[in-house]
Amino acid sequence: MKTLNFLVVGVGGQGALLASNVLADVGVRAGYDVKKSEVHGMAQRGGSVTTTVRWGEVVYSPLIGPGEADYLLSLEKLEALRYVGMLRPGGTVIVGDLGIPPLSVSSGNDVYPDDEQVRRALSQVTDEYYLIPSVRLAEELGNARAHNVVLLGTFSTFLDDIPPDVWLQSVEERVPKRFVELNQRAFQVGREAISSR
Amino acid sequence: MKVLLSGNEAVARGVYESGVQVAAAYPGTPSTEILENLAQYDEVYSEWAPNEKVALDVAIGAAYAGSRSMAVMKHVGLNVAADAFFYASMTGLEAGLVVVSADDPFMHSSQNEQDNRRYAKFARVPCLEPSDSQEAKDLVGVALDISEQFDSPVMLRLTTRISHSDTLVELGERQAEERTEPPEYRVDRIKYVMVPGNARRRHPVIEERIEKLIEFAETFPYNKVEMGDTSLGIVSDGVAYQYAREVFPNASFLKLGMTYPLPPKMIHDFASKVDRLIVIEELDPFIEEEIRLMGIAVEGKSIFPMIGEFDPAVVRQGAIKAGLLPPSAAVEVRQPQWETPLPLRPPILCPGCPHRGVFLMTKKLKMVISGDIGCYTLGFLPPLSALDTCGCMGASIGQAHGVSKAGIAQKHAAVIGDSTFFHTGLPALLNVAYNKSDTVTIILDNRTTAMTGHQNHPGTGVTLKGEPTRAVEFEDVARAFGIERVHTVDPYDLEEVEGALRDCLEAEGPAVIIARRECALMPQARKLWMTLRVNEDRCNGCGLCFEVGCPAVIKSDRLDAKTGRAKAWIDPLLCTGCEICAQVCARKAILFKEEMVEEGERA
Repeated sequence: MKTLNFLVVGVGGQGALLASNVLADVGVRAGYDVKKSEVHGMAQRGGSVTTTVRWGEVVYSPLIGPGEADYLLSLEKLEALRYVGMLRPGGTVIVGDLGIPPLSVSSGNDVYPDDEQVRRALSQVTDEYYLIPSVRLAEELGNARAHNVVLLGTFSTFLDDIPPDVWLQSVEERVPKRFVELNQRAFQVGREAISSR
Repeated sequence: MKVLLSGNEAVARGVYESGVQVAAAYPGTPSTEILENLAQYDEVYSEWAPNEKVALDVAIGAAYAGSRSMAVMKHVGLNVAADAFFYASMTGLEAGLVVVSADDPFMHSSQNEQDNRRYAKFARVPCLEPSDSQEAKDLVGVALDISEQFDSPVMLRLTTRISHSDTLVELGERQAEERTEPPEYRVDRIKYVMVPGNARRRHPVIEERIEKLIEFAETFPYNKVEMGDTSLGIVSDGVAYQYAREVFPNASFLKLGMTYPLPPKMIHDFASKVDRLIVIEELDPFIEEEIRLMGIAVEGKSIFPMIGEFDPAVVRQGAIKAGLLPPSAAVEVRQPQWETPLPLRPPILCPGCPHRGVFLMTKKLKMVISGDIGCYTLGFLPPLSALDTCGCMGASIGQAHGVSKAGIAQKHAAVIGDSTFFHTGLPALLNVAYNKSDTVTIILDNRTTAMTGHQNHPGTGVTLKGEPTRAVEFEDVARAFGIERVHTVDPYDLEEVEGALRDCLEAEGPAVIIARRECALMPQARKLWMTLRVNEDRCNGCGLCFEVGCPAVIKSDRLDAKTGRAKAWIDPLLCTGCEICAQVCARKAILFKEEMVEEGERA
């Protein structure tokens, strides 16, 4: 099998680390060699967070270079644009429809890109991009914080040789007991978010 | 069964498995999680020391007493601990001692990217380098065995990418003899008392030790030859080996698990079998220089950078430029073009950060500030722009004293965090008192080591293992040193902060201000979070609150009819209710918590 490269990006405190931990764990459960590497700067809260996850027969490097990600999973729109150059042309992008303005935007010195710009930029790299209303879908289930698991649900449909139960088990082991049911539903809603698939 | 572990988790596991009795560290990215993970094992005594030198002395003491031990630090921590590192090399030990140095190529969270393999050679200490988490775990035990066999401390050198990458690890059992009674302390004054006479006897011993280690390295199983296509031979170490394997799947490799000292016969032999010999290593040309000293033709830093962190793309680009790979090996990259650059997301002080209150007032009083290392270093960024230097841990107080002795127009101040103060600020404050300094020392006491993720320290009253202990008070320390002008303020109370600063600026002589308020991200502080609100009728968009530099205070799309400027809006998801912006607002447009509560009661 060819090694699969995933890049998970987001803003510190958003749940990107949970998403990448699940992704790495699912790879192990599926019997692959797996490496995962986090890159985060000094910020406790609010900085950009990126994680590389790789599955394969034998994986050497924990990092990938630009143009090497088969999948980009972004929990935030601006971060999707920042890292879309890491995607293999024609690779798959799944973006949570959420904008978190950095300080330079909220103080009025920069402008946050609008959805049209987001789509235009992503389409320069691939036709396979999906903006998922993950926060709205999670809110409808009663907790916006489950948006990361909604996105994982959507993402799981792209790796359809792995049964949904494997993902769910991995999620369940990583969330507090009282949120297990919410996250099960969030995962299911995410799986159904792209109607054409 | 194999489990995914980060390099740091794997080292902690290796420490447990290899029967270490005592481990000490000071937190520092990327090494912090090693002791945090080790704390869960009751079989190993582990502690946060005030700084790396103390941590290493503790580990050396344990090894002198016949117990396996470990000290952990980030690369610059070894600068602090260097004195201990060198004497431990001279004396040797009664049991294994591992010194973990976690280097930080690219300076993800550091002031420099020094290559600590240089320290290994400098101090004649063998250096082991893992390439993944399995090796990180296994090499802890190997390092201890080498330490005991050769009577030397051993450096286990990690890098950020090894520390913070998860790879699969096979776990083992703890190998330790059960002690029925405590061992006798073996006295050997000639070996352990490093007065000149004894030290002169020890120096030849450590030079001979290196000769023996060179022999050992020739058959050391973690120095591995993997022959492939012989047109290219690659010598590599650490995580760089993984990138090299990725980019050159067919080349011949000499993978070095021990990078000091090197095995000359093995390298000569490998070089003779390949047409072209290159070294792929991050940071300094350490291996390259050693090989060149053996009289072997080798390339390295003429192809690959000496600055920053590698990844497969960096290695591939260098290789294509040098003709080691055809141009067609380049990976196709499509980078969208932006009309205006994307807004950056630099690290900033968090919403509700208590440091903000102090910086607003020092800025108001136009103070020049010598800074230090911690979250508060971010106070140098606009709009606060309130901190003027940052060099290394504990530098601020000594620097400020030097500035004031040199003489500048205004009274000079140092800003230092609570944990950093205990680390190396203590002797500097003693100097301030002793040498009659005319400076203000501001201790930002947020009750934790915040930047590395909330570790305890001597001021918190809790140990690494979570046990209660005596908490040191900064006020007591300052007064014990003979500093009489000592203020304690709440950094959320701007008036109080300004009053204390003015008092210290107007007086002659040394002064200390302790700005005490728990980090807003601590669990206890989170319980008090409450979102503030802007009264839009009162706000005229003057923009004073934006100068606070809080991510929760945002320019809204509502414009003031008269001024045409954007009114403020507070993001309820970010605001913690610290009320600093509310105190800054001249029009009382930002409601204080009390007003919010009154409003709620009226409704």
